[in-house]
Amino acid sequence: MTDQAQLSVPRGNAFLSKALASRSFMIGFLITAFVALMALVSFFWVPYDVTVLPVGDRMKPPSATHLLGTDHFGRDILSMIMVGSRNSIAVALVAVGIGMGIGVPLGCWAAARGGLVDEILMRFNDLVFAFPALLSAVMITAIFGPGAVNAIIAIGIFNIPVFARVARAGALALWPREFILAARAAGKGSTLITIEHILPNIANMLLVQATIQFALGILAEAGLSYVGLGAQPPMPSWGRMLFDAQTRMMVAPYLAIFPGMAIAVTVLGLNLLGDGLSDILDPKLRRER
Amino acid sequence: MSLLEIEKLTVDIAGVPILKGIDLSIGAGEVMGLVGESGSGKSMTALTVMQLLPRSARTGGRVVFDGTDILSATEERMCALRGNDVGMVFQEPMTALNPVKTIGEQVAEGIRWHARVGRAEAEQRARAILDRVGLPEAKFPLSRYPHELSGGQRQRVVIAIACALKPKLLIADEPTTALDVVLQKQILELLRDLVDENRMGLLLVSHDLAVVTDMADRITIMRHGEVMDTGETAQTLSAQSHPYTRQLALASMHVPARAKPHSTAQGAARLLELRDVVREYPGRRVSLFRAGEPVRAVDGVSFSMEHGQSTALVGRSGCGKSTLARMILALDKPTGGAIRFMGEDLAARSEDALKPARRNMQVVFQDPYGSFDPRHPVERLVAEPLHLLEKKPGARERREMVAAALHEVGLSQRDMDKYPHEFSGGQRQRISIARAIITRPKLIVADEPVSALDVSIRAQILDLFADLNQRLGVAYLFITHDLTVARAITDDVMVMHEGRLVETGKTSNVLDNPQSDAARDLVAAAPDLHRAIARRLQEQG
Repeated sequence: MTDQAQLSVPRGNAFLSKALASRSFMIGFLITAFVALMALVSFFWVPYDVTVLPVGDRMKPPSATHLLGTDHFGRDILSMIMVGSRNSIAVALVAVGIGMGIGVPLGCWAAARGGLVDEILMRFNDLVFAFPALLSAVMITAIFGPGAVNAIIAIGIFNIPVFARVARAGALALWPREFILAARAAGKGSTLITIEHILPNIANMLLVQATIQFALGILAEAGLSYVGLGAQPPMPSWGRMLFDAQTRMMVAPYLAIFPGMAIAVTVLGLNLLGDGLSDILDPKLRRER
Repeated sequence: MSLLEIEKLTVDIAGVPILKGIDLSIGAGEVMGLVGESGSGKSMTALTVMQLLPRSARTGGRVVFDGTDILSATEERMCALRGNDVGMVFQEPMTALNPVKTIGEQVAEGIRWHARVGRAEAEQRARAILDRVGLPEAKFPLSRYPHELSGGQRQRVVIAIACALKPKLLIADEPTTALDVVLQKQILELLRDLVDENRMGLLLVSHDLAVVTDMADRITIMRHGEVMDTGETAQTLSAQSHPYTRQLALASMHVPARAKPHSTAQGAARLLELRDVVREYPGRRVSLFRAGEPVRAVDGVSFSMEHGQSTALVGRSGCGKSTLARMILALDKPTGGAIRFMGEDLAARSEDALKPARRNMQVVFQDPYGSFDPRHPVERLVAEPLHLLEKKPGARERREMVAAALHEVGLSQRDMDKYPHEFSGGQRQRISIARAIITRPKLIVADEPVSALDVSIRAQILDLFADLNQRLGVAYLFITHDLTVARAITDDVMVMHEGRLVETGKTSNVLDNPQSDAARDLVAAAPDLHRAIARRLQEQG
């Protein structure tokens, strides 16, 4: 009976009403949607062009003309945060994509085959895990040169073991279940069973993990840009803006505050979203409310 | 003055009425059996006495235990009552114990809390009660953890916790449902003795009429949150004055009408033949470099089955019967011996080469809740084995085949687009059978197919099995520990004990006149309603 509960799914309207009732989900969703909207809008319209450097307007504090002020080249901070959000989202999105695209099949394969395959894959996973992720990302970008693409690859690689573990753990719990046995008795091979039965049933967990990794990806990108290994100028990025602001902290604290807030709020929003999602999708928690 | 007095008890949860005016009373030293099918409210009644209802529950009526009005008692008062004056035994011994605490700690915990005694004395008393429930210290020291014990031993620990403080009332909610018949008998005897020793009242909640008849002085039969019938056990059940009582009793003893066993086509090859099948599992490693002694789950089993034959494989839990079934279904490979299905050896085949054989054998599992992917509609679930056909049917043909299979098991075509959670346990078991027969197999292996079902549903499903056997000529291998099921529906029976077949023969011969010790134990322990009623009447003279 309890096992059953783990697998039951809120469908359609049930999901919607649960989502509306969950405060953390709604707040997280609104913040995330706002950031995504900001990135989309920046493709068509920004208050000021960020590739023009009107040096005469440099270091203006927030005012009616420049809502969040301007930096040391006179660029509008609001415009830079908007354009920078594209970079953060793109890097995090592709990095999560790499992690899921490689990690989930690996994890499912390890769970389906078991034995030596499982052992080798998972020990290799442990190896990747054992490296401090950001440090290794620094190493990768140091070797292959700084830039957004290399940052994506570096962050993506460290997402692989995370998704592999989540997928394997979920799949391992499903394999001994009777409906999987029934599918095997129906002559279905492990690939088919994984696609038809395992994946839909672990999608919940993967989705929640994806939102968490997404937030971590944004943080990692900001970190890499901060040390100069992420997106290269003139492409604005949140991490780079923080770096530039660092030496002018005393004179113009707003230079650091606004990009810092952008990072913090986005990560908070994504974490709330993940939290809310796991509450909604996990019937065990749901039932106790 | 009774120990527990329940008057016009009503409970509703979130506006839905669960109990509608229950009356019940238990005296000291009396055993009250509370019987009903799932959803009848019997467990809710038990939980009300403990004040362990879900928070959203609203209660009405009166529950008086030993002078205390339970419904208006404070939580503090209830804490003092629970465990001290009222003990409770749950159904699932696997989850009723805390896995990270030793059994000694868990028994002593309640004693220290309620009796306010020191650690040493609590341990002393824990030792005494564990000894009393049949876990002597020499063999089961207090430092054992629950996972080191078997299911029956764990249930003894749960009983020890419940009875450690000599409560005035013990509530046992399906205490033996998760155990096999031999363990069931031992646990019931233990409960009986404890009741007699301490003049405890016992509220025995069960769906099994035979068990309750054996144990209870008086019986209360519930349905849909109402009391249907109540009175002296023997009289109530022998008179069967209430129609529902009669219905329940008939369903418990139901034997499907079966004509002659399906005749075998002359000269056809044996359907299934096993020779010296062995399955070993690697034992626990002794050290890093030395593997432990392998454990033999199945030890040299040989038997054969004809087309259309219905055979029962009975045995206690852990005797290897499910492992054997998985090997027959080619879901697990034997480590020794040969399995021939329709004349062909299965053991050495690849998954692709197994397809023709798989078409001809299907499986029905015990748990109607766990055997379906909750995310697929019925059409897709039932159609799953069609994957085995050489020529994959088109979408329309597939729908027709599913509709035919559903019709065969008594479900409607409209059910095709529903999801499994929209069905009851019995209906799900029908879907499970529909899935098993859609490829017209020659053999169906059914692993405890009715033991999770209520008696009236069980009777219907047994009828369905018997009917399909007659009409489609499909052979069954029934794996069960329930001899009533074996007796009802099979021609032959094989008794398995510790990995070996110890006795085989015609069902009636083996069950009426068992030769081996293992078979004798099973037969003696199996609850039987006829016998139980007869004995009760005899006792009363």
